[in-house]
Amino acid sequence: MAHAIAAADDHHRTWTGVSNWKLGFWTFIASECLFFGTLISTYMVYKGRAVVGPYPEDIFNILLTTTSTTILLFSSLAMVLALDAVNRARKGLAIFWLGMVMLMGLAFIGIELYEYMHFIHEGLTVTSSTFGSSYYVVTGTHKLHVLVGVIWMGTLAWLIHKDRIPPEKSEQVEVAGLYWHFVDVIWIVIFTLVYLIS
Amino acid sequence: MSSIASVQPSAHHHDASHGEETGVWSWITTVDHKRIAVMYFVTATLFFLMGGAEALLMRIQLVGPERDFLSPEVYNQLFTMHGTTMVFLVAMPMAVAFFNFVVPLQIGARDVAFPRLNAFSYWVFLFGGLYMNSSFLFGAAPNASWVGYSTLTSATYSPGLNVDFWFIGLSILGIASIAGGVNFITTIVNMRAPGMTLMRMPLFTWMTFVTSFLLITAIPVIAVALIFLGFDRVFATTFFNPAAGGDPVLWQHLFWLFGHPEVYILVLPAFGVISDVIPTFSRKPLFGYPIVVYAGVLIGFIGWGVWSHHMFTVGLGPIADAFFVAATMIIAIPTGVKIFNWMATMWGGSLRFTTAMLFSLGLLVVFTVGGLSGIMHASAPVNLQQHDSYFVVAHFHYVIVGGAMMGLWAGLYYWFPKVSGRFMSETLGKWHFWTTMIGFNLTFFPMHFAGLLGMPRRIFTYSAQLNVEVYNQLSTVGAFIFGISGLIMVWNLVKSWRSGAVAPADPWGAPHLEWSIPSPPHHYNFPRIPTIRSREPLWDEDERREIEALTLTEPHEEPVMPNPSYWPLLLAAAITLAWGLVMTGVWWIIVLGLLPVTFCVFKWAFEPAFPEGH
Repeated sequence: MAHAIAAADDHHRTWTGVSNWKLGFWTFIASECLFFGTLISTYMVYKGRAVVGPYPEDIFNILLTTTSTTILLFSSLAMVLALDAVNRARKGLAIFWLGMVMLMGLAFIGIELYEYMHFIHEGLTVTSSTFGSSYYVVTGTHKLHVLVGVIWMGTLAWLIHKDRIPPEKSEQVEVAGLYWHFVDVIWIVIFTLVYLIS
Repeated sequence: MSSIASVQPSAHHHDASHGEETGVWSWITTVDHKRIAVMYFVTATLFFLMGGAEALLMRIQLVGPERDFLSPEVYNQLFTMHGTTMVFLVAMPMAVAFFNFVVPLQIGARDVAFPRLNAFSYWVFLFGGLYMNSSFLFGAAPNASWVGYSTLTSATYSPGLNVDFWFIGLSILGIASIAGGVNFITTIVNMRAPGMTLMRMPLFTWMTFVTSFLLITAIPVIAVALIFLGFDRVFATTFFNPAAGGDPVLWQHLFWLFGHPEVYILVLPAFGVISDVIPTFSRKPLFGYPIVVYAGVLIGFIGWGVWSHHMFTVGLGPIADAFFVAATMIIAIPTGVKIFNWMATMWGGSLRFTTAMLFSLGLLVVFTVGGLSGIMHASAPVNLQQHDSYFVVAHFHYVIVGGAMMGLWAGLYYWFPKVSGRFMSETLGKWHFWTTMIGFNLTFFPMHFAGLLGMPRRIFTYSAQLNVEVYNQLSTVGAFIFGISGLIMVWNLVKSWRSGAVAPADPWGAPHLEWSIPSPPHHYNFPRIPTIRSREPLWDEDERREIEALTLTEPHEEPVMPNPSYWPLLLAAAITLAWGLVMTGVWWIIVLGLLPVTFCVFKWAFEPAFPEGH
């Protein structure tokens, strides 16, 4: 994306000093905030208004969800270390940490899917109540975002393996990191509002 | 300096095509913002003719009481598609056509920040529009109005594919808008020429900036609402199902949370256009430039806090109603400020009444009428009387045709010489303007009376005892005159594109940067990027000379421009297919539909955006 600036400006500069790619991605994240904001607001509006059970307090297992949340939070640390490794041209280390990000992301999805199975077994489905509909759509949308992130990290690891991300192109990893941290932060909001506050 | 002076604009007419491919394939794969702009404009104009034809069919049906020219079912489809088309497939993309053409030229950039994403936005818009209109082929066009209120849109009350076409088509179109918003914010923040501070930006660029923020914030809200609606219809979730505790009013909140900023998404670009046109044809800088900028930004903010004035009849309670009455009346203030600033700009200026200027004045007059009726039903008790009547139909046509379309047509006549290197015909332009003014007002002014007498919207006919026949006859006559004005515009476009008078680089004596380069521009826009020192750089003789030394010359070396690409088109097609498959309601087909999308994303990501070595 450094190229885009070259075409845009004879002087190879941008007004903010931030590349178009990164600024554009921040803008996209702003848009995503409204997207998740609307989803989570809907959950909050419908909170306590379901007319048939099971209700949240019947089925939420805070311990299990705390575990998955912790795993996802630590994946952000791995992401930071991966970027650092790319910056220091430590190829193997970078791939290792990106692998850890993927592993933790998949573990998170796995635990959450286990939770889904458990809830469905208890009788909570997308069609059973407004609680079921909003719960599954809000958390499902988030899980899709995690999955996209995992695929993105895998692609980056492969590119690093092929020597296509030298330190001067580390911004590619940095922007993927922005995405990953954003998805993490959204989960903290969901975890707090959906699971913790009853 | 003498060598620069000797470079005639006409000499550049040939240079502009130098190194640039022509032919259908070059248009399909283009990432040039100027070509994308032309495609946006042409497509939006075709949808405009279609939406206009839908309106005329309705006017034939309504020319007398209890006629059966159209069945109620067909009438429902026509008014739904008329509204949806005019908002999402005409007014929005036509504004985006101008964003595309004008913004990079006004800020001194060679293209937008993400050229392929820009092409992608266009193709998504085209396919989304075609997808939604393909419903006519199945006799199942959307029929639950452009606001798609719950529970009418539920699977129970709207079985059949009509509403499926609507929610899927709209969610596809939303992708184009968000991508466009991200693109233009990045472009405007990052890619301005040296010296062009924010407060030196032309007003059109400013309003594009504000509109882009509205796009990236408002579209996600309707996207979520459409996802809920889609899940309710396809997977039987309970978001809007009252029997299961769902709340249909939630749809109204989400829709209007998007819907009211949407009104400003439609009118702010036009405000931007006339803020550039009026100073040019008054030969005076815009009166109170910072105030006009702040008013535009303020409108963008307050536009988020007025949505429930569409919902006074829901019964939200006196406190909520009072809040939204106040917010709605407050938003009239920055809007009024702009109107007075435009008038003060003209005051004492040497006015030239070109077609672009006439349409700008048309905006002032027509939009003000719509603004005044808006203040009337901003008051909740008055609103209860007028809600869902033709009074409201009159109001929002005055606002949207007056506030958006008039400004965009002004922009068409203003920037056409830059796009094509030729003038639009002023004679036909004046015919276009006056048939528009007469036809428009004859159509919509009588609707105020029909509405106050009690004629409801969205009903396929009316009773003779309502005594509104004469108003409807006037409206129908006006609608056909308005229709003719559209044909005159198209004729003018075709004729002028082929054989209009050749235009120089700066045909109007305008102040902004886009007029410093040849008409039509090189495909790389600026041979060299100038430095800006003031708000009206071309109106300062020294500054103009400095700028033109860089813009009317040959570049040191041919600037490197991005590669053409067909992946934007293919990704847009894949997304349209994937979204379309949601109709099946079978989860594994829907998942399979995502595979081509993923494939195209990867091909796009690994395709070099620039030629080898750059």
